[in-house]
Amino acid sequence: MSDASLTYAYAVARDRTPALAAEAGTLTGVAGAPVRLLTPDRTTTPVAVVSHVPAEDFHEAALHRHLEDLGWLEALARAHHGVIEALAAHTTVLPLRLATVYLDDDRVRAMLDDNQKLFFDGLERLRGHVELGVKLYVEAEPRPPAATDAPPDPALSPGRAYLRRRRTEQDARHDAHRAAEEAAQRIAVIARAHAVQWARHRVQEGELATGPGQNVVNDAYLVPADHVRAFREETMHATDGLPGLRVDVTGPWAPYSFATLTPPEPGTASAP
Amino acid sequence: MSDSLANRMGSLPSRAAPPYQPASSASLADILERVLDKGVVIAGDIQINLLDIELLTIKLRLLIASVDKAKEMGIDWWEHDPSLSSRADHSTSRLEEENQRLREQIEALRADAALPPVSAPEAATPRRRPAKRPTAHTRPGPGDT
Repeated sequence: MSDASLTYAYAVARDRTPALAAEAGTLTGVAGAPVRLLTPDRTTTPVAVVSHVPAEDFHEAALHRHLEDLGWLEALARAHHGVIEALAAHTTVLPLRLATVYLDDDRVRAMLDDNQKLFFDGLERLRGHVELGVKLYVEAEPRPPAATDAPPDPALSPGRAYLRRRRTEQDARHDAHRAAEEAAQRIAVIARAHAVQWARHRVQEGELATGPGQNVVNDAYLVPADHVRAFREETMHATDGLPGLRVDVTGPWAPYSFATLTPPEPGTASAP
Repeated sequence: MSDSLANRMGSLPSRAAPPYQPASSASLADILERVLDKGVVIAGDIQINLLDIELLTIKLRLLIASVDKAKEMGIDWWEHDPSLSSRADHSTSRLEEENQRLREQIEALRADAALPPVSAPEAATPRRRPAKRPTAHTRPGPGDT
């Protein structure tokens, strides 16, 4: 049985607390196996969140093939995120990149031993913080001040009426982009009061982009847990009085965007 | 590959969803940009290397601008994707045009230098100065000698 399964690692947490262990016990992993906590060989911390996955689906070639299947990828991504989200509600976790897979539990224990300091530093830095996503959209059809469906001014020739309408539309678009800058500045002020770190994501413009409008800002903020409510509420008001704009706050997320660990450069002094 | 990503995502059978817990309300785009792009990168035993993940990310974003980067890395899955291969076709035809132009120039130069035409010319290549050549066989005028 064991040679037919691999160990999939989701995240790393500081301690095996009773609450974390209890929560993990209720979860099912990416391939339907129960989620477990593993501790290193030599010590009791940190702990890795893992589950068994079938080798036939997660060995190199199979994984490579499966990841090309968007349905499979979506199920994997949602399941991976589901486990991390559930645990992040209890404690600070370092999310691992999707599809971090080991030959067996012992290999995960060794990995924890090898990277103990790195994980501790990361967990300490992120402790008590969550990630919030902030997306700003310019509505696709900015509503011009004078409704375009108003009857055309009879004094204007059709050509002039057309040009005037075009100008109105252009002005509306221009206004929307100026408004977006204004909103972004307001959000920056809110972030200075409530967030400790900031990460820029690429704007969502592919076919996966959801919701109407053009995404012009897609940022993530690292926010102390006791500031989440204030950050969210104030940010939701950042577009007040700015027509043609929409703001969307997502999360709290586990600190995915801030979980970058920088291992000490072997044999080199730190950069100036 | 002609159907859009959104359609393919939208028409997923429900069995593809994780069967065990309340689905997160987060959008797939928000989840993917985090689980694929972010998070701790630590070497696992099974190397679906980061290149694969990076390409997936590129593919999912459907950003043509990123294709050049992927090509630099020697990955060419999009060559089989008709929606992305138009550029390749375009560069081929430009190459052909240039070849054609060069052939014509060479012919013109040969003609100017009174060299015989290329022995096996491409059918479509017109000869230059065909009208003048026969006159070379006419007798020289009386005052020439």
